Amino acid sequence: MIWLETLIQGILLGGLYALFAAGLSLVFGIMRLVNLAHGDLIVVGAYMILIIVSILGINPFVATFIAAPGMFALGWLLQRFVLNRTLGDDILPPLLVTFGLSIALQNALLEGFSADSQRINAGALETASIPVGSLSIGIMPLLTFATAILVIFGLNQIIFRTALGRAFRATSDDPITASLMGIRPSSVFAIVTGLAMLVAIIAALYLGMRASFDPSIGPVRLIYAFEAVIIGGLGSLWGTLLGGIIIGVAQTFGAAINPEWQILAGHLAFLAVLLLRPRGLLPRAVD
Amino acid sequence: MFTRRDILKSTAATGAAALSSLATPALATGAKIKLGYISPQSGPLAAFSEADKFILDNVAMARPDFEVLVKDSQSNPNRAAEVAKELIVDDGVEMMLVASTPETTNPVATTCELEEIPCLSTVAPWQPWFIGQQGNPGDPNSWEPFNYAYHFFWGLEDIIAVFTNMWNQLETNKKVGALYPNDGDGNAWGDPVVGFPPALTAQGYSLIDPGRYQNLTDDFTAQIAAFKSDDIDIITGVPIPPDFTTFWTQMKQQGFTPKVASIGKAILFPVAVEALGKDGHNLSSEVWWSPSHPFSSSLDGRSSANLAEGFETATGRQWTQPIGFIHALFEVAANVMDRVDDTSNGDAVAEQIFETKLDTIVGRLEWGSNDLPPFAARNVAKTPLVGGQWRLKGESYDLVIVDNQTAPNIPTGGVMEEIM
Repeated sequence: MIWLETLIQGILLGGLYALFAAGLSLVFGIMRLVNLAHGDLIVVGAYMILIIVSILGINPFVATFIAAPGMFALGWLLQRFVLNRTLGDDILPPLLVTFGLSIALQNALLEGFSADSQRINAGALETASIPVGSLSIGIMPLLTFATAILVIFGLNQIIFRTALGRAFRATSDDPITASLMGIRPSSVFAIVTGLAMLVAIIAALYLGMRASFDPSIGPVRLIYAFEAVIIGGLGSLWGTLLGGIIIGVAQTFGAAINPEWQILAGHLAFLAVLLLRPRGLLPRAVD
Repeated sequence: MFTRRDILKSTAATGAAALSSLATPALATGAKIKLGYISPQSGPLAAFSEADKFILDNVAMARPDFEVLVKDSQSNPNRAAEVAKELIVDDGVEMMLVASTPETTNPVATTCELEEIPCLSTVAPWQPWFIGQQGNPGDPNSWEPFNYAYHFFWGLEDIIAVFTNMWNQLETNKKVGALYPNDGDGNAWGDPVVGFPPALTAQGYSLIDPGRYQNLTDDFTAQIAAFKSDDIDIITGVPIPPDFTTFWTQMKQQGFTPKVASIGKAILFPVAVEALGKDGHNLSSEVWWSPSHPFSSSLDGRSSANLAEGFETATGRQWTQPIGFIHALFEVAANVMDRVDDTSNGDAVAEQIFETKLDTIVGRLEWGSNDLPPFAARNVAKTPLVGGQWRLKGESYDLVIVDNQTAPNIPTGGVMEEIM
């Protein structure tokens, strides 16, 4: 019974990691841009929701909808005016710029909000659970997992069913040919980052309701998210979900043996996948 | 929860703080006594330093003959050692003051010991402070006292006594679940020789310790399953705030609530307890200082209650425990400097720190007393420790002292209650 509980909790945890990773996967898959500030941008999103909730006193889910356009705009502006200038043959400038952005965001948040742990208050939902047999499964982790599936389904619909998605895929495959066809890679990239920030604010909602957060908490989450992207394979969002689940399950089973093994087990699973399938489990792109 | 006003206020306050720290070095005059002060003002430990500006303003008022040079450790041990060196070599401070967690106090105290500059530290249990600075922490025979580094705070033996006293007030099955992270504090608390395990066994408690976990863990299923299957009544541990929130929420989701949860570090600050919503009621913790402690300042004569009230008026925030200790740092510094003729003579200043017998806002400080093992007696002065519970009053939490068997002069505000 304990193993079944460990498995279920691991899968649900994977949903959270996939939600953190989806935005990263989108940006990485289309632009080959590793956004080291993604974790901090999620924390920025969490503070945006927190401000709206405390000023308007509304439900955090509604607050997320209000914050979403602002977050999209933030991503769009960031890509248009900062990150686009760093893209090129050299992979180092985007890494350096997003690394610097990560530090700047953490310190700006510390100045504005102090080091206090904050939490987005979700009332009774926080500890609510439903009994399944002799197990009891939290509603919040279930919601997180369901949201991760919905987000990835939605992103795939955009990528594979719309003209915008065709532009994404064309730019991802060959930006030069795509621009011959009348697509401007720089504006496509700006929209992609905007979309990634929409996913980030959904991740922020669940991060903020699940546990407390403070300005310095972003980078740790980025490691698991990045591993989920790599395990899943470049450009595949369902692969990212699978990668998140693999890391989540590896962590809970590692912890069941001994809590000292929890984090290590996740990293070992990541290394094992890299050894056996260097391109990830469900790679889409060819490079 | 904060409001738009709080944001405006805090931004204004930090702006002002930045300005004032810029202005301080410019005021340097030959006659002033130079003190260095290092604390974690940014980074994950920044909550410990939120009263710094308030305390420094008080000190500047009470002692215009002091020039305090303030540096930020950025919650980073390497940075702490670096700024200590700067203060000693570039600024020529005559005495170093340092506060908050072994990650800050140890590198600074070690640097001062090497540079032969008197150093006074606080807000770190004495074992990680003293043992952590030894060349070979594993071999007690090799431990040596320091010539320049002095410390005042409580130790692990005090927190063990406080926690078990609180637990003994209630009827429980004496099964204790441990939540010890794999960091300095977690390893010290769970140490099979100096930590909780031997002391709990001696008192008839059984400890269920699933093992050390990594900080910032997202899942505690393994620990919760272990606690559930052993049907424990008590939880203790020293997690960081986000981990405790994750753990406590997940445990409630999985339908388990113990009678007692005595937690260090995570629920030190009221905002961290508020993050738990209504589920923080009756969580228990150690109390090192509170407005009801019957002590007053030797610097400006104000009482504990008065100091906490002053902080709340000045900042609009609830009082926190480090306030008293950081104030006391400057009390000792003032008292020591008044007793030496030549404040630039490091040996004389260090000797006078050892000779200190002072009633401060955190209690009487006296080095060389015999309630410590002989190796640490010279460098460590102990302060009283009692136990408290967070009680929900309307929207906010109050810390109520519920056990004072370890320091009967500190009044209690109630008795231990079970978590519902």
